[in-house]
Amino acid sequence: MEHLHPISAIVLNESGVLARIAGMFARRGFNIESLAVGPTEDARYSRMTLMVRGGDRILEQVVKQLSRLIEVIKVSDLATDPHVERELALVKVHAPPAQRSEIIELAGIFRAKIVDVGRKNLIIEVSGDSGKVRALIEMLRPFGIVELARTGRIILARGQQVTAGRSRPEAPQRRRSPEETEITTEVIVK
Amino acid sequence: MSTQTKGPPRPTHLAGQRRSGAEALIEGLKAQGVEVLFGVTGGAIMPVYDALYREGSLRHIIVGHEQGAAHMADGYARVTGRPGVMLATSGPGATNLVTGLATAIMDSIPVVAITGQVPTGLIGNDAFQEADVRGITMPVTKHNYLLRRADELPCALAEAFHLARSGRPGPVLIDLPKDVSNAPTTAPCPRQVSLEGYKPRYEGHPQQIHKALKLLKSAERPVILAGGGVILAEASEELRQLAELLRLPVVSTLMGLGNFPIDHLLSLGMPGMHGTGYAIKALYHCDLMLCVGTRLDDRITGVLDEFAPWAKLIHIDVDPSEIGKTLPVCVPIVGDAKPILGALLQGARGWESQPDWSAWHQQLEAWRREYPLGYQEKSDTILPQQVVQEVDRLLDDEAILVSGVGQHQMWAAQYYTFRRPRSWLTSGGLGTMGYGLPAAIGAKLAAPQRQVVCIDGDGSFLMTIQELATAVRYRVPVVVAIVNNRCLGMVRQWQHLFFEDRFAETKLEPPPYDQVAQAFGALGRRVQRPEELRPALQWALRESEAQQLPVVLDILVDPAECVYPMVPAGQPNVNFLTGAEGA
Repeated sequence: MEHLHPISAIVLNESGVLARIAGMFARRGFNIESLAVGPTEDARYSRMTLMVRGGDRILEQVVKQLSRLIEVIKVSDLATDPHVERELALVKVHAPPAQRSEIIELAGIFRAKIVDVGRKNLIIEVSGDSGKVRALIEMLRPFGIVELARTGRIILARGQQVTAGRSRPEAPQRRRSPEETEITTEVIVK
Repeated sequence: MSTQTKGPPRPTHLAGQRRSGAEALIEGLKAQGVEVLFGVTGGAIMPVYDALYREGSLRHIIVGHEQGAAHMADGYARVTGRPGVMLATSGPGATNLVTGLATAIMDSIPVVAITGQVPTGLIGNDAFQEADVRGITMPVTKHNYLLRRADELPCALAEAFHLARSGRPGPVLIDLPKDVSNAPTTAPCPRQVSLEGYKPRYEGHPQQIHKALKLLKSAERPVILAGGGVILAEASEELRQLAELLRLPVVSTLMGLGNFPIDHLLSLGMPGMHGTGYAIKALYHCDLMLCVGTRLDDRITGVLDEFAPWAKLIHIDVDPSEIGKTLPVCVPIVGDAKPILGALLQGARGWESQPDWSAWHQQLEAWRREYPLGYQEKSDTILPQQVVQEVDRLLDDEAILVSGVGQHQMWAAQYYTFRRPRSWLTSGGLGTMGYGLPAAIGAKLAAPQRQVVCIDGDGSFLMTIQELATAVRYRVPVVVAIVNNRCLGMVRQWQHLFFEDRFAETKLEPPPYDQVAQAFGALGRRVQRPEELRPALQWALRESEAQQLPVVLDILVDPAECVYPMVPAGQPNVNFLTGAEGA
């Protein structure tokens, strides 16, 4: 089964790291749906949040291949962990005076902000999980979206957990007899 | 042996003393125990060559083409287990290394490449002889560096060697801009390297080893599939002891040939596309496969679902990403083959009773009888298999066999008696034609006391033929036995079997290699008649050592000969052709 998996990686904050990771994904034919990179609380490291589509087998390879890169410090697949995810969008929407109040009202429902007002357009800033961002965009579409910019998703694990570096047992993938399912793939610790 | 002139003796720099980046590089190479470098100079790498000249104690081999340098460093590394080092200038010098780096990464061979780069101020300007070498080599190196400051150099070099030889070995490249080579630095050579994002695991997890032993004990039809990782980990002795203790049959992959004596009663030979029929049968019918240091690549497995449909897999590999990459694994064990096979051996010694696998052994014996390797001799032409067998007969146990890529490589793999690790050099993963001669030169320079013979193809040999000049210049006594069928034989074989004899662009009609060799200053002889074969090989082995020169034997063989057994591409391994099908 194909899923969209959130993967978080702590990498060295150095030149060429993004190229190396992007190259590995392209070379191995992995699909990235979104990618967000930024420095962490420690300026030596960046956090990359990747949304990767694929079955369990592919995801296991993605995590392993990422871990293999020397500049990658920690990797975790957050699919099964409770986490907070956010994505940000800026939407420039066609807003003639007659429709402006309706749009502002709509933005209010989504707790989005009006960050720029022009004679014909508004820019709306919305953040939230992808579903919410998508929903607002769909609501605004009939008014006429002039321009749209979206970030990739960023994610942190909830509570005491540290987002990257906590390795979790891989889900076993089997094509053979059911008794094998008790044996799990060895945990990869980096 | 060196014909190089040496510079005036200079005191070596003390760690941390002020010296140029290039001098720090030489200091670092010496600290790593490097003895010989392979390369070609050029504009951007000149400061390094100047420092090399002034320092004077490192041996440098000028090659004909940078690809040759890469394969020589690779051959040197395969024989010694220590990283081979290559030097090249920026732009075309560095891009010429790419095939060699790709060859090394596919076979997990430790090499370090130092490439010159245009000065930092020009990088990105499409300067003369500029290429984005860091970008170009990212997919073909384990790691690579583009240095911006001379202070980074000592540390990067130590890291490069550490990365090349530890964990799963592989090529590492340092791109060194000319101004960085010239800039002064006082940064010391680090004694130890610690990389936060790189912590290879060597010891296997005890729980996994326990599980593996349990699975092994309950198996009815077990097989060991041992790859090149066993050789890299120096674990051949542990493999032999484990196999002998439990009477486990061993299949050695192309990269693993020599990890277990091929003439051992428990050896089943090579698996895969041109593997022995009995190895293919054994892997197909086994119920437990103990995979050690093998990638289980497509040439071994063929159609995945038909590879070993009843088998549970135990997979030992130092690189976790190889485990579960192609096939689901029951017991993954991440770590080095040597301690893990040692732990399995220890565990198995504690068993009260040995499992009874006699029925399985009887079955294996029946397959051995049913599918022997063989060919039909002809009285008037030399067959390629005979060349390999003659070479096998004449070489001593210490000898190193090297090959190019193609039919001759498979015949060498099938008919040579591999007994020891680090005595078979072949481009297994990338399949690099032209690998043979330069790798043989690197091997001979690494082990001058060992016989080195390269069985090559007429197509392969032509691709790096310029290195004959290198072998002559440095008087490297290697013997090249060209199995000359006047065509690109492996492709021709496919055309014959699957393309209805449409021989598109596979006819080569190569030049007379014996004369070419002589023109290079090497010894050469053409061999045509079956009865000439043995005397010619004896002559080559004798004269190469006596005259300290490379010898090329241009051996004309029957071009119609095909490599069997063969698994047709896209078919399950068990559908292998034996050659008796009348195809």
